[in-house]
Amino acid sequence: MSSQPAFFRRLGRYYLIYALVFVGFVGLLAVAEQFGLSPRWIGQIFLFLTIAIYAAIGVMSRTSDVSEYYVAGRRVPALFNGMATAADWMSAASFIGLAGTLYYAGFEGLAFVTGWTGGYVLVALLLAPFLRKFGQFTIPDFLGARYEGHFARVVGVFAAVLASFVYVVAQIYGVGLITSRFIGIEFEIGVFVGLAGILVCSFLGGMRAVTWTQVAQYLILIIAYLVPVAILSYKVTGVPVPQVMYGQVLHDLGVKELELFSEPRESAVRILYQGRADEYARKIAALPESLTTERLALVQKANELRSQGASAREIAVAERLLRDVPRTPDEARVKWDRVRQDSLARTVHPPPHAEAHPGADQAARDNARNNFIALVFVLMIGTAALPHILTRYYTTPSVREARRSVFWSLLFIFLLYVTAPAYAVFAKWEVYSSLVGSHIETLPHWVASWGRVGLVKIDDINRDGILQLAELSINSDAILLLVPELAGLPYVVSGLVAAGGLAAALSTADGLLLTISHALSHDLYYKMINPEASTQRRLVITKSQLLVVAVVAAWVASLRPDNILFMVGLAFSIAAAAFFPALVLGIFWKRANKWGAVTGMIAGMGVTLFYIVRTHPFFGGSMSDAWLDIHPISSGVFGVSVGFVVIAVVSLLTPPPPPEVQALVDYVRMPDRPVKH
Amino acid sequence: MSQNVNGSQDEGDARSRAYWRATLRLTGVLLLVWAGASFLPGWFADELNTVVFFGWPLGFYMAGQGSLIIFICIVWLYDRGMVRLEKRYGVKDEG
Repeated sequence: MSSQPAFFRRLGRYYLIYALVFVGFVGLLAVAEQFGLSPRWIGQIFLFLTIAIYAAIGVMSRTSDVSEYYVAGRRVPALFNGMATAADWMSAASFIGLAGTLYYAGFEGLAFVTGWTGGYVLVALLLAPFLRKFGQFTIPDFLGARYEGHFARVVGVFAAVLASFVYVVAQIYGVGLITSRFIGIEFEIGVFVGLAGILVCSFLGGMRAVTWTQVAQYLILIIAYLVPVAILSYKVTGVPVPQVMYGQVLHDLGVKELELFSEPRESAVRILYQGRADEYARKIAALPESLTTERLALVQKANELRSQGASAREIAVAERLLRDVPRTPDEARVKWDRVRQDSLARTVHPPPHAEAHPGADQAARDNARNNFIALVFVLMIGTAALPHILTRYYTTPSVREARRSVFWSLLFIFLLYVTAPAYAVFAKWEVYSSLVGSHIETLPHWVASWGRVGLVKIDDINRDGILQLAELSINSDAILLLVPELAGLPYVVSGLVAAGGLAAALSTADGLLLTISHALSHDLYYKMINPEASTQRRLVITKSQLLVVAVVAAWVASLRPDNILFMVGLAFSIAAAAFFPALVLGIFWKRANKWGAVTGMIAGMGVTLFYIVRTHPFFGGSMSDAWLDIHPISSGVFGVSVGFVVIAVVSLLTPPPPPEVQALVDYVRMPDRPVKH
Repeated sequence: MSQNVNGSQDEGDARSRAYWRATLRLTGVLLLVWAGASFLPGWFADELNTVVFFGWPLGFYMAGQGSLIIFICIVWLYDRGMVRLEKRYGVKDEG
């Protein structure tokens, strides 16, 4: 390893040059935009150029060496592994969604910020150094070795595939959204562009190629995330460090909120929405007659307009209304209930941004607090149990480097998560102070162009021509993209943000795909079905699995599975309950044995899945069956506890693990203990 | 996988045990700090929010930034502490 420092310096030089070239290129595009380069072109240049960069790195890193393919040859320096882990970790949801979540949820959203960073403390203290010392290829590998045999390995493979697959579908879906909304190509084509982008990184070079593209992707995504809000911060406060300055803005926002919430026009609008909600409740109660009445009334209106010789535009509007009438009473119930819910939500003003655990009464407040704590817990444990993150720590040259690389990972992740609340606060401040209360006719032009794609809706219910807060709705995913517009930045910055979101989605998808394909090819095929397989055969199997999984994931994503995307949140609970107790006890408690681990993993995962089905409306469950009013997203709270208890009890009831397993535990605990494989 | 741990090296085993105990102590202390930074700001958010810290209500600051800085410090201290333990007990990293 004498070449390690030289290797490190060379990498540093390459990535520095790369980052400078990228920044210079963005500058060039900005100049070109001044000379009339159209937004559509800017978006497409960003898309294809960044994918071309990743492809180039992917091709340069191609390999047919097993250790290179699975764990990048175990020579990734701590700093670079930190960047790669950060890119692996921060998904489309973190990059695009988090700012919006924080915008709407205020303090409650901070559970994600604390949870998704604090999990790395557990990774550092309880897992990474020991897994690195163990030094195999996958997480099921560890379970198989520590808990003697295929049973634990199979459970591990199942949980890894379950948690990772939904997650990877969400990433590809994210790519489709980004490309369709901001680059102007169709969603389905966007999905397959994403698929290509993922495969060029991972197919030829496995972990090695994914590692070096992830470093490149991290640099793009972090530049893209920090630049717009820094400029907005400079415009609002005069200091381009939003993470430091948003405290002041949050204070001003609190004052502005009180002012807005007590404004008479706002109150009037909220009463109108109450009226609309009541009207729809009546209509729903009177189904199916109300649907017939509504259709008749609209037919009559359209006929009247035609006979009176009204303008073509008026007739078209009436006809569109008629077309949009629900076809069946069932459809009407669903559609009208959505309107009723939406109106109801607008009858109350949102809680003040900084208010912790808001609720109507003390019970609701306590409930919100318990859920906040439970969510923080699950996100942390889940972070420390997601296989695609843990395998990254197999790739460092030594135990010490693994430890240090968790530090770098956390630092690089911190940069984004500490900025997300600032995004929310700055965006909210601008919306509340300059958008709300202005004339709808004179709103900036982006409001109209976003309105056309459905990201912003304005509904002047009191017809006063002035925008009230309750009349405005902004898609949660759009908050991040709002910031460049609010700061009045040229389109090139929006293109940069889209490229950042793309980098976040692609890098996470790559890590997940590798995890799935390695679990299937290495653990299932090589370790269990055909241990005699040659190296070449193993790589062929791995690559074909990768291809199949990627295509299936892209196909699922192209079906636009809106209603399964919530499962991403559930992946944390599933991974937490399945892996965390078995991994941690496997290292810290020699007495934990095969039977304990297998029953504990199954019980933990079982309880988690059971609770989700019991309480989530998607599966026909209801929150009235909840335990302690904990939301399904935090179901891992129960799963993890059950997992620990079951492993402990069953292990104590069955014989202790044999000496060679105990020696394995000693081996992973001691960085210098030698072993003969 | 056949472990070839040399049973005759009692001295080495005592050293390993002492190293592991020290590791557990360090890990335990840092985990306590972690648990405090993770869950206390959320639990006492209302109380903390009555204090203003550079414009932020303190509860909001902790959950959005303060705890994160503590996490980074924990991981950094752990690395430092483990390097010291390895030196003290003569444990050499295989890399």
